[in-house]
Amino acid sequence: MNTIILRTIAPALTALMIIFSLFVLLRGHNEPGGGFIGGLIAASAMALYGISSGVRAVRRALYFHPVTMGGFGVLMAACSGIPSYINQVPFLSGIWWKVPLGNGDYFDLSTPMIFDIGVWFVVVGAITAIMLTLEEAD
Amino acid sequence: MLLAVLSGFILALFAPLLKRFLGYRAGWLLAILPASIFVYFLGQYDQVMAEHAIFEYHPWIPSLGLNLTFYLDGISLLFALLISGIGTFIMIYSGGYLKGHVHLGRFFAFMLMFMASMLGVVLSSNLMAIFIFWELTSVTSFLLIGFDHLRQASRRAALQALLVTGLGGLAMLAGFVLLGASIGNFEMADILSFGDVIKDSDLYLPILILILLGAFTKSAQFPFHFWLPNAMEAPTPVSAFLHSATMVKAGIYLMMRTYPILGDTVEWSLILGIFGGFTLLAGTFIAIRQTDLKQMLAYTTMASLGLLTMLLGAGGEGAVEGAVLYLLAHSLFKGGLFMVAGTIYHEAGTLDITKLGGLRKKMPITFFAALIAALSMGGIIPLVGFIAKESMYHALLHGDPLSFILLIVAIMGNAMMFAIGFAVALKPMLGKLGDMPKQAHEGGIMLWIGPLTLGICGLAAGLGIAYLGHTIVHSAVSAIGNENAGTELHLWGGINAPLMLSLLTMGLGGIIYYFYDKARAFADAVLNWIGWGPNKGFDQFLTLLLRIAEIITNTFQTGHLKTYMRNTFILLALVIWVPMIAYDALPDIDFASLTKPTFYEAGILLIAVLGLYAVLVAKSRLTSIVSLGILGFAVAILFMLFGAPDLSFTQFMVETLTAVILALVMTRLKLDKSDAKYGMEAIVATIVAVAVGSGFAALLLRVMQTELDMSLSDYFTKYSAAIAHGHNIVNVILVDFRALDTLGEISVVMTTGVVILALIKLKPKNHKHESQKGKNKLKETAS
Repeated sequence: MNTIILRTIAPALTALMIIFSLFVLLRGHNEPGGGFIGGLIAASAMALYGISSGVRAVRRALYFHPVTMGGFGVLMAACSGIPSYINQVPFLSGIWWKVPLGNGDYFDLSTPMIFDIGVWFVVVGAITAIMLTLEEAD
Repeated sequence: MLLAVLSGFILALFAPLLKRFLGYRAGWLLAILPASIFVYFLGQYDQVMAEHAIFEYHPWIPSLGLNLTFYLDGISLLFALLISGIGTFIMIYSGGYLKGHVHLGRFFAFMLMFMASMLGVVLSSNLMAIFIFWELTSVTSFLLIGFDHLRQASRRAALQALLVTGLGGLAMLAGFVLLGASIGNFEMADILSFGDVIKDSDLYLPILILILLGAFTKSAQFPFHFWLPNAMEAPTPVSAFLHSATMVKAGIYLMMRTYPILGDTVEWSLILGIFGGFTLLAGTFIAIRQTDLKQMLAYTTMASLGLLTMLLGAGGEGAVEGAVLYLLAHSLFKGGLFMVAGTIYHEAGTLDITKLGGLRKKMPITFFAALIAALSMGGIIPLVGFIAKESMYHALLHGDPLSFILLIVAIMGNAMMFAIGFAVALKPMLGKLGDMPKQAHEGGIMLWIGPLTLGICGLAAGLGIAYLGHTIVHSAVSAIGNENAGTELHLWGGINAPLMLSLLTMGLGGIIYYFYDKARAFADAVLNWIGWGPNKGFDQFLTLLLRIAEIITNTFQTGHLKTYMRNTFILLALVIWVPMIAYDALPDIDFASLTKPTFYEAGILLIAVLGLYAVLVAKSRLTSIVSLGILGFAVAILFMLFGAPDLSFTQFMVETLTAVILALVMTRLKLDKSDAKYGMEAIVATIVAVAVGSGFAALLLRVMQTELDMSLSDYFTKYSAAIAHGHNIVNVILVDFRALDTLGEISVVMTTGVVILALIKLKPKNHKHESQKGKNKLKETAS
C-alpha cells in the first residue's frame, strides 16, 4: 500500500479532507452535514494519513491524544447546556446570540453549534483512537 | 424540619476536617448537632399536641410526585427525640471509643449521615422519600458495619446486612407503590386519613406482606434476623446506635406508622403475633448460648424487636401503649448496655463473659450504668422497663385466646431477658478478677457519660411516668391508635394481676440466672442438634446464585465470536418472524401498483447484487470485506436518489471506515486469510442469513403498508426553522430538539472507544483474540 503516489498525495488529501470536514460540520445546521458526518470524514482523513505516513506522524500532527479529544468533545457538548441554566430553560435548549463582527454584520453563535462541534470531537477522537491503536504494531 | 434532617448530611462533609483539627475531641463538638436537633424537636412538642401533627412541604422533583414532605406527629416525634437524644451521647462515645483511630473522621461522617437518614425515615410523609431515606440507612449501616474493612468477617457482615435489608427495602417499595396506587396518593399523611379503605381492598394482603417484608428484614425478625448478630462486627458505638437503639427500630416504626391503615386484622395479628413471638423466643434462647457480651446483647435486641412486633400484632390500645413504652425503655437500656460492653472491651480487651470478672472496683461508674440498665431490662421497679412490662401484661391479659398465648410467650421471653440482662451487667463486674488481656481501669468521661445518662433517663422516665403518660407517650399512642388513648400510667398500680405476672417473670429469670451455665450448655446442645440456621442458608443461597450465574455465563459467553454472532442473528430472526406470523401480519404487497424502477435505479440495484455475489464467492476475507463495501455504496446511492442526503453521506463514510477498520483488525489479530465454511456449518450459516435478511425485507415491506403517523414530521418541519433556526431538520433534531439523546449517544461512543482501546492494548493471554474481535465487530455495527 505504501506506494510513492499515495505517500506524496496523502498529506495534501488529508488536509483537504479536514477542511471539507469542517465545512460539512459548520454548514450542517442548514444543509446536509453536521458534527457526526464531519467527524467521520475527519476520521477517514486520519486513517488515510496513518496508512500512508505511519501512526507516529499522525500522533505528532494531532498533538493531543485522540481519547483526550473525544473526552473534550463530550465535555464541550455537555457544557453547551450550561447557558440553559442561566436562562432558566430546560437543559440543552437552543440559545442564540448575535455577535457583532464590527462591520455591521452579525455572526450567529448558538449552543447547538457548540454542541455539534462537541459531537465532531467525539467522533474524530473515538474512531481515530481505535484506528491508530489497531494500526500500531505491538 | 428540613434543616433538622439535612444538617446531618451537611455536617458529615466537615466532620473529617473537624477531626483533623480537634482529634477525638471533635466528638464533643459534633454532639452539639444532635443535641440541638433534640432541643428543636422538644420545642415542637406543644404544637404537635395542639394540632395533632405538623406538616411541612418542600418540592424536590414535583414532576415525579417526589417531595420532601415532613409529618411530625406523636410517633415521629418520639422517634426523632430518641434518635437525636441517643445520637448526642453516641457522638461523644464514638470519640472516646475510637480515640486514635486513623479513620475516626470518616466514622463521624458516616454516623452523622446515618442519623440524618434515620430522621428522614421517621419524619418523611412522602412514600418515595421514606423509601429513599430507608435505603440510605441501609447504605450507611453497610459502611459502618464494614468500617473495619480489612477484616473479611466485617466485609461479609456488611454485605449480608446490605443484601437482606436492601431486598426487604425493595419489597417495601413494591408495597408502597401498590399502596399509593390503590389510594391514588403517595403522601402518608393523606393515606392515613383513609382508614379502613385499604383493609377492604383486594390488594390488602399483597400490600401487607410486601410492607412487612421491609419491616421484618430491617427489624431482624425471624427468619431474616441473622444479619443483626453478624452486624456486631461493627465498632460498638455503631452497635449501640444503629443495631439496637435506632435503625433496627425503623421496621417497628413502619409497622406503627401503618397500624391505622393496615393493622388490627386477622392477617395482621397472625403474621405479627407468630413471627414476633417466635423471634422473641428464638432470640432469647440463642442469646443464652452466647459467651460474647455483644452477641448476647445482639440476640436480646432481636428478641426485643420480636416482642415489639408481637405487641403490635396483638393490637388494641393497651398493647400499642405497651409497645411504645417498651420501645422507649429498650432504646435507653440497650443503648446503654451496648456502650457498657464497648467500654469493657476498650478497657479489658475482651468481650468473653467467661474471662471477665471483678471489674466493679476498677470501673465503678460503668458498673453503676450497667446495673441501672440491667434493672430496666429486667423490668424492676422503679425503672421504665418495669412499667413497660406491666403495661404489656395488662393489655395481653384482657384479650382473646391468641393474646393469652402471646402472654405466655412474653413471660418466657422476659424471664430469659431478665437473666441475660443481669448476666451482661453483673458477670463481668462481680466475683473475682478475671483473666483479661488488659489491665482494666475506668474509661474516660467520653466513655461513661453516655451509658450513665441513658441509665438515669431510664430511671427518671420510670419515676416520672405519670407525666410522660400524659404527654409524649400519650401523643405517640394516639398517633398510632388514631384515637384518644385514655389509660393513666402509674409507677405503682397496686397489687394486681400484672404485678403477679411480673413477679413470676422475675422469679423465673432469677432461676435461669442462678443456673446460667447449665442453661447455656442446654441451649448450646439444642442449637448444635438443629445445626442449620438462616445464616448458613444465606451462604448457601449466595453460593447457589453464583453457581447459576456461572452456568448461564458459560452457556452464552463461550468466547467464540462465531457463537455470539450466530446466537444474536438467530434471536434476531425469531424476533422478526415470530410476531409477524403469530399476529398474521405478513406483508401484502400489490406488486402491480408499484412504479417501475428507472434504468439507473435498476443499474444501482444490479451493482448491489453483484457486490453481494462477490461477498459470497470471495476466496479471502479481505475481498469479501471490500465487496461488502460495494453493496454498502450502492445502498448509499439509493438513499441519495430517494432524498436522504444525510443518511447517504453517513453511509458512505461508515462503509469506508468499516472496510478500513475491518482490514486493520484482520491484520492485527492475524486471522486466517480465508473464511470458507463447509458442510453443516455452511448450511446453518445460510439458513440464518436468509432468515434474517428476508425477515428484515418483510418487516420493512410491512412497515410501508401501515399508515404513517406524520405528526412528528409535521412538527419538526414546521418548527425546525422557526424555533431552532435551522433548515436541515435531521441536524436540528440531533443537536437541538433531541440534544439530550445525542449527548447520551456520544458518551456511549466515547466509552466504547475507551473500552476497545483497553481491549486492544490488553496483552492477550491465551485465547482472548476472538472476544476482542467481537467487540470491534460490535462497534462496527453500532457506528
